[in-house]
Amino acid sequence: MKKLMLSLLAVPVLAFAAGAELHLDKAPDKAGDVAALQRGAKVFINYCLNCHSASYMRYNRLHDIGLTDAQIRDNLLFAADKVGEPMRIAMQRADAKQWFGAAPPDLTVIARARASEFGSGSDWLYTYLRTFYRDDTRPTGWNNLVFANVGMPHVLWELQGEQVLGEDHALTLAKPGKLSVQDFDAMVGDLVAYLKYMGEPVAELRKRLGIAVLLGLAVLLAFSYALKREYWKDIH
Amino acid sequence: MASSSFEKFKSDGTLVGNVVEWVDARFPMTSMWKAHLSEYYAPKNFNFWYFFGSLALLVLVLQIVTGIFLVMHYKPDASLNASGVPVAFASVEYIMRDVPWGWLIRYLHSTGASAFFIVVYMHMFRGMLYGSYRSPRELIWIFGVLIYLCLMAEAFAGYLLPWGQMSFWGAQVILSLFGAIPVVGNDLATWIRGDFVIGDSTLNRMFSFHVIAIPLALLGLVVAHVLALHEVGSNNPDGVEIKKHKDEHGIPLDGIPFHPYYTVKDIVGVVVFLMLFSVVVFFMPEGGGYFLEFNNFIPADPMVTPPHIAPVWYFTPFYSILRANTVNFLWIDAKLWGVIFMGLGVMVFFFLPWLDRSPVKSIRYRGPLYKGALAIFVVAFAILGYLGIQAPTPGRTLVSQICTIIYFAFFLLMPVYTKLDKCQPEPDRVTFK
Amino acid sequence: MSCDEKVDCGRRRLLVATATAGGVATVAAAVPFLASLAPSERAKSAGAPVEVDIGKIAPGEMKTVEWRGKPVWIIHRTKEMIDSLRKVDDKLVDPKSEKAQGEFDPPPGFNPETRSIKPEIMVVVGICTHLGCSPSEKFKTGAESGIDADWVGGFLCPCHGSTFDLAGRVYKNKPAPTNLPVPPHVYLSDTRIMIGENTKGA
Repeated sequence: MKKLMLSLLAVPVLAFAAGAELHLDKAPDKAGDVAALQRGAKVFINYCLNCHSASYMRYNRLHDIGLTDAQIRDNLLFAADKVGEPMRIAMQRADAKQWFGAAPPDLTVIARARASEFGSGSDWLYTYLRTFYRDDTRPTGWNNLVFANVGMPHVLWELQGEQVLGEDHALTLAKPGKLSVQDFDAMVGDLVAYLKYMGEPVAELRKRLGIAVLLGLAVLLAFSYALKREYWKDIH
Repeated sequence: MASSSFEKFKSDGTLVGNVVEWVDARFPMTSMWKAHLSEYYAPKNFNFWYFFGSLALLVLVLQIVTGIFLVMHYKPDASLNASGVPVAFASVEYIMRDVPWGWLIRYLHSTGASAFFIVVYMHMFRGMLYGSYRSPRELIWIFGVLIYLCLMAEAFAGYLLPWGQMSFWGAQVILSLFGAIPVVGNDLATWIRGDFVIGDSTLNRMFSFHVIAIPLALLGLVVAHVLALHEVGSNNPDGVEIKKHKDEHGIPLDGIPFHPYYTVKDIVGVVVFLMLFSVVVFFMPEGGGYFLEFNNFIPADPMVTPPHIAPVWYFTPFYSILRANTVNFLWIDAKLWGVIFMGLGVMVFFFLPWLDRSPVKSIRYRGPLYKGALAIFVVAFAILGYLGIQAPTPGRTLVSQICTIIYFAFFLLMPVYTKLDKCQPEPDRVTFK
Repeated sequence: MSCDEKVDCGRRRLLVATATAGGVATVAAAVPFLASLAPSERAKSAGAPVEVDIGKIAPGEMKTVEWRGKPVWIIHRTKEMIDSLRKVDDKLVDPKSEKAQGEFDPPPGFNPETRSIKPEIMVVVGICTHLGCSPSEKFKTGAESGIDADWVGGFLCPCHGSTFDLAGRVYKNKPAPTNLPVPPHVYLSDTRIMIGENTKGA
């Protein structure tokens, strides 16, 4: 009966597996790489935090990735007075809506929101930030491979340079930017790693704690199982 | 058995003994303890499937406790804060970041919701395996189905609270179903929302339902479920009544006191469950996007529907049944048929005790017809669940239509195939190795 | 534990071990729930130290600032006001501030005689130690104050009538048990102080 169920279950999975595909590049895994996260935080604050807020993220939460209050105050605190404040922006949402068509979304949990069956949120962001191309039909002059007709211009174009979309649907670098392709990809990798961290700052602690909890429960399991056997030996 | 049949506690002269005697003279303390635990005789042959009742109780307690703490920080408010984020959505992230250990409490609650349904589905399936709904346990089953209904309402109301895109659009779709009801439908939907769209008033009333109204009903039903169970006694994997064979003290020969035997056994089950639960909470709290949907990390936006909306996994079989109805017939349009069939899909469980005409209760002694029917039903239910998550295509709709027919056929043909089935004779006593 | 023939020792040992492990697990599980009631990061951020410019407070005047949601008074005391402190010592509960002064450590350089770092600048939390009302300023002296003819200036709590002098010290035979607490504070410069911290560093 179990075999019958399993084989019957497999039918729809096979029949409907195909669907619209979205190819995403795999984002490098930099979780726990404190130096990369710090670089990513700096990129985020310099390039993103002008239009996008991260309004649930407090500056002093960056302690997690090894920054002290003094370092935060001296290097990163442009838009707030105190390290305990969240990463807000001065831009009014109504203005932003007029300028970009839609107010730029808050980015605190963007890496969690962009996950899909095609890849993690990091993969999506890593691909998105690297696949802007010139498109003169768009008001900003830019378009994107994974976010068609996106309202955001290519903020990092000076670093990446200008890509164009070929007939074969592939991007080529028409005008190089300040960074080499490798350096640009590494920088975006840092930024994405930071965005992933910011989406759930507690993630690393959560996993460490999980191991401790499972070990503790394993001890409890051993005792309780022995106790159950002890009692049940009377039952025949 | 009536609680008055137990003797009152007599003090042994110690202080504790005196206090217990004093209380017991005024409150049915020892009689309740005996009636429901130490002298409640359960069949000794419970197997794996019998863990899920106590686990359901555990998850209920977990949800209530974590819920109490979440309410201390959550704000049911759809208005936008200074950063343009709905207050309710921001308050969930506040719990996740600013409240000490808030992330853990929230993950326990969100994972607990899915765990609740897993445990309850297993518990219900146990009933179907061993005929636990059959006479004299019909009322236990009916209370159980009512609990399941409450749980669905509770989960639905709770899912609106984070006020993300899935919260909003899921509620939009489900509450719009009321609009399918002829004549009064649209007014009814508006009345339920308290607004012309899902809005602040909807959020606030769902909050009230989620934290007060439904939990109260749920607790009452759980008490009724357990009281009814302890009145008639537990069924078992053999589906035979242990009360048929009693010793000279009136104790069933195949019964053992629930406490300590099943308390120590259930503790093992609880620990194993907690380990599996912890794996999700600590290593995959999003449950691959099934427990916490990715789109729900985007604040509710009434102007933009996410490209692909699916209910949370535990509703998807019924959602598939809803979508499978694409034909207008008998002057009723497909939308209303969908709603009717979805409702019937849940309600039909109430009639299970009277649809089953088999001479035996347990699957162990049933014939091939019921075994096959149950297997096909489980597969159809699982396929419906799977399809409910997927975007509809003509092929998928056809499969979901076939599965919907199988789903209802399982119930409606049950009086026929359970009667025709070639059952094996039930044993006189339970089998226990 | 005693083991006689009637009690199964192995079973009892296992019972104790399991109960202990279960108890530890329950306590461990309770910790996050109880800890979640402590001030959140938002509350801590709102309660962060505040910087105050004290240069513009005229002698004989006071300024109220908010710190951790409570009024903190900064009083610029005149020579007469400072001298008045010594005149009332014998009418006070705790003239030398020897009792515990609330939850705070005294700031470095704190002089118990004036209850301040600098004699003329008094910093004190304006919450009555009786039941938490905020006393009102009564700087006028003598009968004009409406309190009594000997009044040298201070504060009167409107709720239950406790009176305090210009160093926040409570008068005898009043409901308030202790002096008003002096919050942690530090001089960043001659005219700027930081309330909420005793050191400049952090």
